[in-house]
Amino acid sequence: MTFDLLSRRALLKGTAAGVAAASFGFPGALRAATNVTIGIVYVGPKDDFGWNQAHAVSIGALKATPGVKIIEEENVPETAAVAKSMESMINLEGANLVLATSFGYFNPFMVDVAKKYPKVTLRHAAPLWEKGKHPDNAGSYFGYLDQAHYVNGVAAGLSTKSNKIGFVAAKPISSVLRNINSVLWGARSVNPNATVQVIFTGDWALPVREAEAANALIGAGCDVLTCHVDSPKVVIETAERRGIKSLGHNASQAPLAPKGFITGAEYKWETIYKVFADAIAKGQTVPNVVFGGYDKDMVRNTAFGAGAEEPARKAAMAAIADLKANKPILKGPVKDNKGNVVLPNASYDNFDRVLDGMNFLAEGVVGSIT
Amino acid sequence: MEPGSAFFMVMMAMIGGAIRVSTPFLFVALGEMITERAGRINLGLEGTLVLGAMSAYATSYQTGSPWLGVLVAGLAGMTMGMLHAAICRLPKVNDIAVGIALMLFGTGIAFFFGKPYIQPSAPRLPSIPLGGWSDNPQVAEALKINPLFLIGIALAFFLAWALKNTRAGLILRVTGDSEVAARALGHSVALVRLAATGFGGFLAGIGGAFLSLYYPGSWNEGLSSGQGLMAVALVIFARWHPIRCMLAALLFGAAGALGPALQSIGITQGYYFFNAAPYILTLFLMIGSAGSKKALRDAPGELSLTR
Amino acid sequence: MMAADPVSLPTAPTTAISRTRMLVWLGYAEALAIPLLALLVSALLFSVFLLALGKSPVQFFQLVWLGGFGTAFSWSNTLLRAAPLMLTALAVAIPARLGMTMIGAEGALVLGGFSAAAIALPMIGVVNPWAMNAAMMLAAITIGGLWTGLAGSLRRYRGVNETISTLLLSYIAIAIMNFFVEGALRDPADPNKPSTRNIGAEAMIGKIPGIDVHWGLAFAIGACILLYILMLRTTFGFACAVAGGNPRAALAQGLPVGRLVVIASMIAGACAGLAGFFEVAAVHGKANASLAAGYGFTGILVAFLARHHPLAIIPVAILFGGIAAAGGIIQRRMGLPDASVLLLQGLCFVVLLASETLYGRLRLFNPALRTERT
Repeated sequence: MTFDLLSRRALLKGTAAGVAAASFGFPGALRAATNVTIGIVYVGPKDDFGWNQAHAVSIGALKATPGVKIIEEENVPETAAVAKSMESMINLEGANLVLATSFGYFNPFMVDVAKKYPKVTLRHAAPLWEKGKHPDNAGSYFGYLDQAHYVNGVAAGLSTKSNKIGFVAAKPISSVLRNINSVLWGARSVNPNATVQVIFTGDWALPVREAEAANALIGAGCDVLTCHVDSPKVVIETAERRGIKSLGHNASQAPLAPKGFITGAEYKWETIYKVFADAIAKGQTVPNVVFGGYDKDMVRNTAFGAGAEEPARKAAMAAIADLKANKPILKGPVKDNKGNVVLPNASYDNFDRVLDGMNFLAEGVVGSIT
Repeated sequence: MEPGSAFFMVMMAMIGGAIRVSTPFLFVALGEMITERAGRINLGLEGTLVLGAMSAYATSYQTGSPWLGVLVAGLAGMTMGMLHAAICRLPKVNDIAVGIALMLFGTGIAFFFGKPYIQPSAPRLPSIPLGGWSDNPQVAEALKINPLFLIGIALAFFLAWALKNTRAGLILRVTGDSEVAARALGHSVALVRLAATGFGGFLAGIGGAFLSLYYPGSWNEGLSSGQGLMAVALVIFARWHPIRCMLAALLFGAAGALGPALQSIGITQGYYFFNAAPYILTLFLMIGSAGSKKALRDAPGELSLTR
Repeated sequence: MMAADPVSLPTAPTTAISRTRMLVWLGYAEALAIPLLALLVSALLFSVFLLALGKSPVQFFQLVWLGGFGTAFSWSNTLLRAAPLMLTALAVAIPARLGMTMIGAEGALVLGGFSAAAIALPMIGVVNPWAMNAAMMLAAITIGGLWTGLAGSLRRYRGVNETISTLLLSYIAIAIMNFFVEGALRDPADPNKPSTRNIGAEAMIGKIPGIDVHWGLAFAIGACILLYILMLRTTFGFACAVAGGNPRAALAQGLPVGRLVVIASMIAGACAGLAGFFEVAAVHGKANASLAAGYGFTGILVAFLARHHPLAIIPVAILFGGIAAAGGIIQRRMGLPDASVLLLQGLCFVVLLASETLYGRLRLFNPALRTERT
């Protein structure tokens, strides 16, 4: 598995270098040709076993498209540097489509670049773009990973013996809170006694603290562990070493936990990137907003590992079937873990915009946002 | 203490944390202590730690032997330390600044060559289950100990003895306290410092190997969050004594475990400050101890840090 | 040096004044030639490194030129990065003239920027943007100055080493900002990136007419010039230089060394705080975790390469801003990791510090050496 990944990466790099050599010194030539140059910016290393890797692997779907050239830049911070990286791709290498893959890239940086270069198409990987409010040449694409976390929760609810599921989270922001709550809702749908205990580390990549948090959760009695940090490697490996089960996040971590891995929540960015590639190949503009979950094949769960027992597998597959059929997973009214009713309706559509700004931990989650 | 009670859990987490998290501090601090006792300060150990972590992981992955990784990390660290000594030997060169430069340089090399090793899993160092006697899983886990931790503890006692009772220890102390005296006794100041800084780098490299090969046991670019730098601060308030360095390293480890442990029992208010606890603790300890007569008495006379 | 025998000089009948002038010019030439030599050596070493990896050094430096200085866009990219670097380099250079190695500019920048964003909160949409910017700038400078001033005071009153304390204060500053940004001062309208409320488009600092760079650049250059005058053309600066050269002698002369230490560290913090203000008011529009972007650490390198001379900081910051600006295209075109820039910076820093030893030892710039040997 590791060898596969390595050689594939080497191949990707080789291709990128070839493109670089061909285009060096002739930035104007690229722009004049009918070819399309796509720039993609990552916030961390491309092989982090998480968020960035999920994008980097999926961008391969575009590399196969004839006439498409990919230029990539990793470890770009969410500062003026990202605006300049995008501009550099546009100015010096003639990029006509720029994909910005980190939350903090959008406002003000991508919005400003979009205003400055109205002929270039820019897309951002989060549900932030709004028609009329933001430039028309910008847009958003996003997979609703909470659905895959819900499936994680279903499998976890039938895998835990202590009824405690541990969650190592980076920061208390909406997308993280929604994933935490979804794990709980999934678990509660099959096991009403299940709870989720969360520890926030405070930042996206802090390996020592992530390991400490994982150990503290195991110490508190959790026997299934999952996380939402940039690179889940440390959490999954710690769980495996301590002999408990684990659930992945962002990309496949199955090879890291041959004994305890149950399943994992993964993006399927290639579905979206194929939409982009097809539009480009037909000479059409890329749609402003592309989003979806299981219904549109934009998220998936990692193939079951050795930690998934038969009942958990069955329940998870059933949950996936429901999600594909777009059955609402959230049954209200929902209380937060302080007892306030936060979502009063009896049912919510899986893509209800109200849920995008989730700012609470649901009843049944042990932990606090502040 | 009632097993299972919140207090017991936090205590066990902190003891476990002290053992798990303290080892890099311990090695870097002991190394820096030897360097500073020779009259030099090497602030570059943060870079050495990161380089050690990367080279250990890469070696372990390529050869399948984590212990070979530890050795390579030590040697890489020693090279960095000796580079520091060689540059600082030149007249008019500021050792603190060279340390900062080597911190950038070491981190740069590690990140540059470390890219292909972020993903693969390398064989890890083993642990010794010293807590096997206990039925309580928390106790058993807290006492799962890596041999490097034990080596570090033994090294602290050995260095304490050696500084006092061996010829090498005497030469080291004399060089640190007065260059003139060392020359008068016929020792080469440059050579002693080369050895002391090289030794310091060796230990810091091993500290890095512990990070990547045992805890948290994986290589990536965010692996060290300033442990190498904090260890330098730790030496100052340990007042250049090996046993006090060891105790301070344990305290730091426990402080690092405090944040997650408190969150696990439901105390979540201000977790940023619990997570910053080691930094705040160091600062207060430095304020408390720096100006004191004891500190001045214990400081090596040639150290630019305590001018 | 003045004691050397004038007869041995090539131009025999020289007056004392022209000789002094010549020595001053030789001093300038030395101060220019040695860092340039160090940069050249670093570039050569890095080229050897690239060749060993099978990469082309020619392409590398061509890309540095293209990405940093080759086009109008590249210049705007470079200058945008150079502006905060100038200010954070000043934050290192000013205390260094007093013999202190303070490396906490990152923390003062973050806390200064955060203070600016925090004081703006009740004023958004209520107070005139000019007054609001003035208040924000004042808050950033004051808090930045007090924060690093704390390290200076600890050095003065408790003998706490300033290198370590500034570093620890940086970590603590970032924790303080995160605590408020994710807690009491968090903007509920921005659920996905914890930030303070945006100060609004009207209150944002604009661009310098004609170039695509915000006014922070002008302020940074202004600060360099102002501090050049303060540190090299006033009694205060002279007192600092004496205290930095020999604290005991300075004390014997009756100079208030302790007070100078505190003032210099406050100036340092104020510079970093000003950089933080522009990051908030001209770049982000709000305070969040992205304020800690590493400008404080690259500033250390810039200050040392400029040998702590406020005017020399300007070109050095532009040079390193350019290298950073080119990092992206180097990564994209050559397939080199992003750490290449870090590695090159570290290498320059190491070689540069080693070159310090050459001062006063090269015969070309030190005629006195020539005479001593004869």
